[in-house]
Amino acid sequence: MELSSEDNNLTEKVLPPIEQESDVELETTVKKYLRGEGADLETLKDKKLKTQLASREKLYGKSAKTAAKIEKWLLPAEAGYLETDGLEKTWRVKQTDIANEVDLLSSRNQYDIVLPDFGPYKLDFTASGRHMIAGGRKGHLALVDMMSMNLIKEIQVKETVRDVAFLHNEQFFAAAQKKYAYIYGRDGTELHCLKERGPVSRLRFLKNHFLLASVNKSGQLHYQDVTYGGMVASIRTGKGRTDVMEVNPYNGVVALGHTGGTVTMWKPTSQAPLVQMQCHPGPVSSVAFHPNGHLMATSGKERKLKIWDLRKFEEVQTIHGFHAKTLSFSQKGLLAAGTGSFVQILGDSSGGSSSHNYSRYMNHSMVKGYQIEKLMFRPYEDVIGIGHSMGWSSILIPGSGEPNFDSWVANPFETSKQRREKEVHLLLDKLPPETIMLDPSKIGAMKPSRRKEKQSREEIEAEKEVAIEAAKSTELKKKTKGRNKPSKRTKKKKEMVENAKRTFPEQGHNNTASKKRRIGEDAAAELPASLKRFARKN
Amino acid sequence: MKIKTLSRSVDEYTRERSQDLQRVFHNFDPSLRPMEKAVEYKRALTAAKLEKIFARPFVGAMDGHRDGVSCMAKNPNYLKGIFSASMDGDIRLWDISSRRTVCQFPGHQGAVRGLTVSTDGNVLVSCGTDCTVRLWKVPRPTLEDSSVSSENFIEPAAEYVWKNAFWAVDHQFEGELFATAGAQLEIWNHNRASPVQSFQWGTDSVISVRFNPGEPDILATSASDRSITIYDLRMSSAARRIIMMTKTNSIAWNPMEPMNLTAANEDGSCYSFDGRKMDEAKCVHKDHVSAVMDIDFSPTGREFVTGSYDRSVRIFPYNGGHSREIYHTKRMQRVFCVKYSCDATYVLSGSDDTNLRLWKAKASEQLGVILPREQKKHEYNEAVKNRYKHLPEVKRIVRHRHLPKPIYKALGIIRTVNDSKRRKEDRRRAHSAPGTIVTKPLRQRRIIKEVE
Repeated sequence: MELSSEDNNLTEKVLPPIEQESDVELETTVKKYLRGEGADLETLKDKKLKTQLASREKLYGKSAKTAAKIEKWLLPAEAGYLETDGLEKTWRVKQTDIANEVDLLSSRNQYDIVLPDFGPYKLDFTASGRHMIAGGRKGHLALVDMMSMNLIKEIQVKETVRDVAFLHNEQFFAAAQKKYAYIYGRDGTELHCLKERGPVSRLRFLKNHFLLASVNKSGQLHYQDVTYGGMVASIRTGKGRTDVMEVNPYNGVVALGHTGGTVTMWKPTSQAPLVQMQCHPGPVSSVAFHPNGHLMATSGKERKLKIWDLRKFEEVQTIHGFHAKTLSFSQKGLLAAGTGSFVQILGDSSGGSSSHNYSRYMNHSMVKGYQIEKLMFRPYEDVIGIGHSMGWSSILIPGSGEPNFDSWVANPFETSKQRREKEVHLLLDKLPPETIMLDPSKIGAMKPSRRKEKQSREEIEAEKEVAIEAAKSTELKKKTKGRNKPSKRTKKKKEMVENAKRTFPEQGHNNTASKKRRIGEDAAAELPASLKRFARKN
Repeated sequence: MKIKTLSRSVDEYTRERSQDLQRVFHNFDPSLRPMEKAVEYKRALTAAKLEKIFARPFVGAMDGHRDGVSCMAKNPNYLKGIFSASMDGDIRLWDISSRRTVCQFPGHQGAVRGLTVSTDGNVLVSCGTDCTVRLWKVPRPTLEDSSVSSENFIEPAAEYVWKNAFWAVDHQFEGELFATAGAQLEIWNHNRASPVQSFQWGTDSVISVRFNPGEPDILATSASDRSITIYDLRMSSAARRIIMMTKTNSIAWNPMEPMNLTAANEDGSCYSFDGRKMDEAKCVHKDHVSAVMDIDFSPTGREFVTGSYDRSVRIFPYNGGHSREIYHTKRMQRVFCVKYSCDATYVLSGSDDTNLRLWKAKASEQLGVILPREQKKHEYNEAVKNRYKHLPEVKRIVRHRHLPKPIYKALGIIRTVNDSKRRKEDRRRAHSAPGTIVTKPLRQRRIIKEVE
């Protein structure tokens, strides 16, 4: 500090080394809040626009810096961690050891609920992590308040239940039963029977779009808007029956894992998949998405777990050894894989965002009889919920949950009044299904101009010459059986040369006629409804 | 071995008593908010729709004159009042909040052509076609003056008769002089019965006059020989003069940038000039279909309001070529005068159908006391709408205005005419030697020459 007071005349302030380090850290967080590159102002010719954009860029910089500072100093809670010293490895730490070290409130989160009669259990949590719905195969549905460990409602539907999912809050949940899917209210009353879908094997809810996505036994994908009940899309995938469906929270696309080892990604507005990736040689057992949207983990029956980068659609890492029946990513990027009665948690040991190196972080083996059906990390808590054949359990995984929640996004301490207000705001912000796309940051961006530069007269002439030469020098196939008349050959050659000359229409005529910018046909199929008027009309 | 897990105590995160506010926690991390841009787009769409739902610009009409309203004057010291004068010599002071006449100033024999208020707000100056200039003492509004039934009739404090009819009057800012426009430009003092100074150029009459708010000695006039002249009172002749293709009906100086002035022209456009460099207009504001009769700037200097012969009132941004808003009613006929209120919230228009109309400057604005949370929501809606207003769905809603049929058809005709002119120009240029056909920009095209 003495340095800075002495050297006031220098243009650069000389900071002590600790402050310089924190500046570098702050810069990386500032980058996160800036959400991408700034606008390129050099290429602009419009001076008014340039000054407006320059002042706006300054404001962005300021707000990003303030957000970074808030993140550093003002957030109330800090993330959990598990650090071992010396030769001890983190994966040898057992849940009992953790229970000894941790406070009472957290140790209450380790439990096993044994319900052997009702079959393997599937779980779902609400977005705030406060409520859980557990559905047993033999028809047991239970709605639990996790904070008070209070059973809100349990019902027995007396049919097989294949999957459960919450809708936008804990007031509604959907269950995939034997013949149809049903929507229930919080007090267990059956509200809707979704007959159109047929026998559903997997149900997922897209929160921002209020779409209930499901895949049924014949491999059909259905999207239904739960606000008014209309079926937005029913897509025949054409790849047969599949059980594996996950939603990418970053962009809302649904990924299906097929028995041929392909993973296909779908959006409701197109009948063809967005992406098809060949992930495994055998059937895909499970798919999971990282909350930042860039990573996908898939596991196949050949006992490999692969981690993919979704920006380049490349494999980043393969982990050998076990067949993971279920996968789940936590909010902080930990990957949980469950096989048999064994849960393995993998953590990213490299700090940077570009390279990923998942290695063993923690293990947990349960009683031999418990066959794991579903793993799901609980949001905003260092807890993972395990649904298995004998009920459900929960264990502590330090460092898996996001420590600071935002009350406007998901509030575990919501009152009923706040919940009602939030529901109204969610409905007002409901996104139309056309906004689902692989890169959600493209909305509002300008499309690069597709108009080609006007070719000068010489260039056109040169191209014409080249085309005529090519036409003249092509060798025609010599036909047999009396069809090889010389007159016909010359005629055909003349025709080819004429065609080559005709493909270069006169200058000026075409350019004024095609004033409207045209979009390619394949892009026209993907256009949202609002932009369809600009597509080429054929 | 060091272990820490997240554990939140309920007390820290909930309120203690029911009279406390609920606790709110923020985490601005973008990874907690997927699909932000799509949500913002949806909010922009909702904001645009809400703006259209709440757009009710017409506040009320002030009824009382028996002939068309010819001019208005605003008193800068008293926000609630407005003076208006009609074609039969009737001058009234209105109370805008109750929309009633406070007092009348009878006396003029013919049409009153100009009204203005002195800087301290005590003297009202009016001039008319009966060749008189009258000065009136403005009554101070008292607290017991709520009984509006007693309409007072005020006697003129002074009456000066002169040789010719007057067309306009304006009072100096921070001074004692006022200028009248008639056969010549005349400068008067309050206490003298004849003008102190007079300027003349050629034989044409001066139709409007406006003093500069920044420099008390500079004024701009427009004459019926299609010219705009800037005079300095300290010099004996004009400072700058340009001649345009059509005559200017009214001029207004920008109160925040006093070197810029905007002229309302007979050809339906308004031209903004820099007073120091008059050979090229800074901006051409085109949207009116018929002659623009009057123009007034907002006190913020960022927008101005124009009233035109085509029965509409438009609000333009100070640097934008097209209007942001149009107001029209079936009952409003030719608009002869407009004023922007001194708190930048209202716009007043006086028209041929003897009514003064009060409109909101921002059509969907919520008037009255707004809570800070409401204010923030309005600002957020405005910002998010501006961010996405180039996208087709939002643009369609934001731009949508209902136009009366004559104006709609006239705009279509104007567009066709301009398109065909441009096409012809392009073809001429394509078929002549490059460089022979030179088009002047629109900012210069309507100015014939600058004379000194």
